[in-house]
Amino acid sequence: MYKNIFEKIWQAHEVKRLSETQSLLYIDRIFLHERTGSLALQGLTQAGRVVRRKEHTFCTMDHIVDTYPGRSDDTEMPSGKEFIIATRKASEEAGIHLFDIADPDQGIVHIISPELGIALPGTTIICPDSHTCTLGGIGAMGWGVGSTEAEHALATSTLRVKRPKTLRIHYEGTPCQDFSAKDLILHTIRTLGTAGGSGYGIEFSGKAIDNLGPEARMTVCNMAVELSAFTGLIGPNQNVIDWFAGRDYAPFEAQASDARAYWAGLISDVGASFDREISIDLTDVKPQISWGTSPEHCINFDSKIPDPKYAPDKTRHDAWVRALEYMALKPNTSLQNYPIQAAFIGSCTNSRLTDLKAAADYLQRTGGRVAKGVKAICVPGSGRVKRAAEALELDQIFIKAGFEWREPGCSMCFYAGGESFGAGARIVSTTNRNFEGRQGLGARTHLASPITVAASACAGYLCGAPL
Amino acid sequence: MRPFTEHMGIAIPLLRDNIDTDTIIPSREMKAVSKTGLTDGLFAPWRYTDATTRSLNTEFALNQDIYAGGTILISGRNFGCGSSREHAVWALAEFGFRAIIAQSFGAIFKNNAVRNGILPIELRSPEVEALADWVSLRPTEHRLTISLIDQTVTAGPLGTSRFEMDPDAKKMLINGLDEIGLTEQILSDIEDFEARDSLARPWIYLKDR
Repeated sequence: MYKNIFEKIWQAHEVKRLSETQSLLYIDRIFLHERTGSLALQGLTQAGRVVRRKEHTFCTMDHIVDTYPGRSDDTEMPSGKEFIIATRKASEEAGIHLFDIADPDQGIVHIISPELGIALPGTTIICPDSHTCTLGGIGAMGWGVGSTEAEHALATSTLRVKRPKTLRIHYEGTPCQDFSAKDLILHTIRTLGTAGGSGYGIEFSGKAIDNLGPEARMTVCNMAVELSAFTGLIGPNQNVIDWFAGRDYAPFEAQASDARAYWAGLISDVGASFDREISIDLTDVKPQISWGTSPEHCINFDSKIPDPKYAPDKTRHDAWVRALEYMALKPNTSLQNYPIQAAFIGSCTNSRLTDLKAAADYLQRTGGRVAKGVKAICVPGSGRVKRAAEALELDQIFIKAGFEWREPGCSMCFYAGGESFGAGARIVSTTNRNFEGRQGLGARTHLASPITVAASACAGYLCGAPL
Repeated sequence: MRPFTEHMGIAIPLLRDNIDTDTIIPSREMKAVSKTGLTDGLFAPWRYTDATTRSLNTEFALNQDIYAGGTILISGRNFGCGSSREHAVWALAEFGFRAIIAQSFGAIFKNNAVRNGILPIELRSPEVEALADWVSLRPTEHRLTISLIDQTVTAGPLGTSRFEMDPDAKKMLINGLDEIGLTEQILSDIEDFEARDSLARPWIYLKDR
């Protein structure tokens, strides 16, 4: 019987089948952060329960902490300090490992969990955070949950999960130069729509995926939630397996060779079936930039902004009109016509070393400088990413070009009353959500890849990297 | 958890696609480490013309007298997409919502809803639009009746629409079950699994450091 990667991971974690469609799944790793984690721990304690497997449970400070150099518990976010202190106290009382602000391994949850070998191929990992699907990039089944489900996992090391249908997206064709993993996933969301993955676990496959390294694969899977999918997964190749050698929590010595053999068997069998299979042709697709207020509102960077007149239905028509108004854009014009006030490189989508390298390479290759009137910020995803980048002197390239070089964290991927680019600011950003107000009241977010952000920051308007 | 069997109430149409959890409750409105005290921040970007002074946007349905006491929300495609914050569901529940009718839901939101006694109902686009149109004519009189037992929404002259419902979620809602309590009753199954699994995947079982 041929199995796909979902079936393999699902079956390896099935403690008990609870009904036709629901199973009790073993959860290998739980990661919390200070935005929602302290609440889950608090709820657990109030119900008189304890963390069942402390050694499989971790917590980080990423959402609320400032990213300014020399930061402390104080943050610009109203009542942010309360969350930081509550998380520290709750982690200590629960006896779980916290990567606190001053910890050299602190960083964005989905960056540090694979980096430290906490998330491994074939594991199940949950976090009260929607972008936990990022970990599909290394062949882990990760998904976001609410606080109530997080409490369930903390108390029992399991979750009651409805078995998702499976969807395989197969990529064909060769895209244009500078087409990155970020462009691939933005193009996919544009093609399928934000509800295109609803009810499915998605496996991404094809040559365009095979060629991607572990970090780029995580960029792809990171935005599976923007398709409304249960999660995204990519079968681990040798490159991914090798990437885990020597990582702190990864298996070592005798266990490592067993684990490597196990991981190599996780790919979908040839002949395995899926509930649905679709193929997406990438031929001549160019780097993507979002124009509207949903990740499905994307176009090739040099295409015209769409006209609501041609929207496929009335709700989309209304949504496009509203999005254009919010974004202060005119239909049938080019993105190049619009000056930007800010550029942001960071977030769980694009803050790994390869992302920073891609942007820094562009800056170095072109000798580009951030245009006048543009506030540009680069926020490494973790302490380790930051140190690795500094060892390569990427920080110097960013600083010389006019970027701020920050401490690790989620930073301005979202606005919570603290730091923001200001009302009405047009921002080109490597983040994952361009919702109204996501990066600040009235802030206008354009999603793009690190290279596109670097190029736009230097040009002072939205553009792709010149060939 | 508060059980859900049947409910009749005033419905508020908010027919937009992709209403995300950042809009339902913005991060800046989650001011305390708490599951309550969130109603004020519900739909803050749309409910207020100025979120700081809390000046009401009178054009927004939730601020209109005709919809006062509304307990059912009618929306478009992909309601509750985005962030996993359960605060979105807590805020809706605290405000008084018992059910949300939409074309589809964000996956995590839907899971969170059924765990807090809010019924997510998926109907096709023409049905959603017909309900919204009828309700908005006379919101207080044109109430909707929802039966989870029969999986139906009844709307006066429009008649009855049937919706699909995952049987496990239905059982949980009808009985107001606490999932953690249920799972704790089968702890021995979890222990047996760990005993087997630690031989198959020993690297998963970390030593307490």
